[in-house]
Amino acid sequence: MITKEEILAWLHRYREVLAENKEYLTELDAAIGDADHGINMDRGFGAVEKKLDGVAEKDIGTILKTVGMTLVSTVGGAGGPLYGTFFLKAGMTLSGKNELSAEDMVAALNAAIEGVKMRGKATTGEKTMLDALVPALEAMQKTIADGGDIHAALEAATAAAEEGMKATIPMLATKGRASYLGERSIGHQDPGATSSWLMLKTAAETIGAS
Amino acid sequence: MKKLINKPEDVVREELEGIALAHPDLVKVHYEPDYIVRADAPVKGKVGLVSGGGSGHEPLHGGFVGMGMLDAACPGAVFTSPTPDQMLEATKAVDGGAGVLHIVKNYTGDVMNFEMAAEMAQMEGIEVASVVTNDDVAVQDSLYTAGRRGVGITVFVEKIAGAAAEEGRSLAEVTAVAKKVNDWGRSMGMALTSCVVPQAGKPTFDLGEDEMEIGIGIHGEPGRKRMKIAPVDEIVEMLAEPIISDLPYKEGDKVIAMVNGMGGTPLIELYIAYRKLHHVLEGHGITIVRNLVGNYITSLEMAGMSITLMKADDELIKLWDAPVKTAGLRWGV
Ligand SMILES: Nc1ncnc2c1ncn2[C@@H]1O[C@H](COP(=O)(O)OP(=O)(O)OP(=O)(O)O)[C@@H](O)[C@H]1O
Ligand SMILES: [Mg+2]
Repeated sequence: MITKEEILAWLHRYREVLAENKEYLTELDAAIGDADHGINMDRGFGAVEKKLDGVAEKDIGTILKTVGMTLVSTVGGAGGPLYGTFFLKAGMTLSGKNELSAEDMVAALNAAIEGVKMRGKATTGEKTMLDALVPALEAMQKTIADGGDIHAALEAATAAAEEGMKATIPMLATKGRASYLGERSIGHQDPGATSSWLMLKTAAETIGAS
Repeated sequence: MKKLINKPEDVVREELEGIALAHPDLVKVHYEPDYIVRADAPVKGKVGLVSGGGSGHEPLHGGFVGMGMLDAACPGAVFTSPTPDQMLEATKAVDGGAGVLHIVKNYTGDVMNFEMAAEMAQMEGIEVASVVTNDDVAVQDSLYTAGRRGVGITVFVEKIAGAAAEEGRSLAEVTAVAKKVNDWGRSMGMALTSCVVPQAGKPTFDLGEDEMEIGIGIHGEPGRKRMKIAPVDEIVEMLAEPIISDLPYKEGDKVIAMVNGMGGTPLIELYIAYRKLHHVLEGHGITIVRNLVGNYITSLEMAGMSITLMKADDELIKLWDAPVKTAGLRWGV
């Protein structure tokens, strides 16, 4: 079972990870976007950090929905609606829950990814965050089907997300700002896929680890 | 970085404070969520017009709030789309009971944030329609891109749809005229120098002393090609010909033309460019019936220009000539 404390620890830690990687994510975005992804994510999770204490007593669904609403109203750009929708959809799936099973985790990630696809009208292979998230979900499902526990599933998801993130390097971008570059988008790692990998990596470090 | 700012993180806030102090007769500024709204909003029975986008393109959009143009504008951080809560509050503030039109430039971030805002406004019972501008011929409109960027035609949409709303037309009618303006408009831009986003502190891209970028976007996105700088007459041809052949604009057409500065271009140079544009169009048998020469949709301190053409019929010319009273555009009042 995933506890609420673990969810909160994950969110707090992800905020730190984004602050540490602000320049890195922004540099990745400078190559194929508009050099703001790290700044945007750092601003968003900085605002999330301020909201977390106020909802710490609430259920996990409410916590994640609050994260989503905060990102939607503070990030802007493409990252705001995409990550905002990700957390809103996950939160809606987990309404009223104070601890999560492996099945809850899979259902939440699945709903979150469907939300991103719907909002961005994108699919895998277009050099976006979906190229990290979709393989992560598949690896998570497979690990659990094979009898693995929550922590093993998160580690497998992280490894798959990392691979997916690296696989964006040779891809041609067909969505978002990077698509304006056409062929020149090839050879660069997608910033959104990178922030998504960091999100899963942080989850594997803070959830089910003990 | 050399800029007339205090702290990079305060530029949008302090700009809004300046606008509020400079134009209290025209607009009110609301903070958190940030939006600029017509002083007399909501205008009862009139369709409300809301636009918005990243800051750094002034006078777009905030400078176009007022009678005959926008009812509200939502400024995002520099070059970053604003957020749905800003757009929702602005939409509520301008809803005079006849519905609200969102005017959105075609960038992934702007489109997604305005979509979320429209969904929220509809849930609150406000009728919302949207028009997405996409006039930049430098971008291939294909399955492999997010589509053409919305640039100069946005100024025309705001002016002409604003006039149509002022006449008391319905939401469907105002939306239709806004779409017609976008369909009949094309633009292309170029840069002589980069811009510097205050929070980034360094140039967005590097351009050599003797180089220029043709087909630049308004956030410094790369264009069609980078090349050695040429005399302005040749540059005007490089921008005008792809625009003319794209729609295409034909012999006998009337157009409204804009020669727009990117923020760091002296007006003397824009008039030299306008003179050439006039001759190029004349050569094609196309007549400029109205024009704008100046800084209307900028890219911080970038030096360079863009050209926008819109095919004009009697309806559009009449709406163009209708009175407008904003900080950035004013005539007939
Ligand atoms: N249509 C889409 N669907 C899914 N993900 C997308 C889409 N478009 C962009 N992305 C992701 O968003 C990331 C860019 O996010 P960022 O915060 O930099 O927004 P942005 O595109 O710069 O927004 P803006 O243009 O308004 O500044 C990309 O790296 C990509 O992973
Ligand atoms: Mg970006």
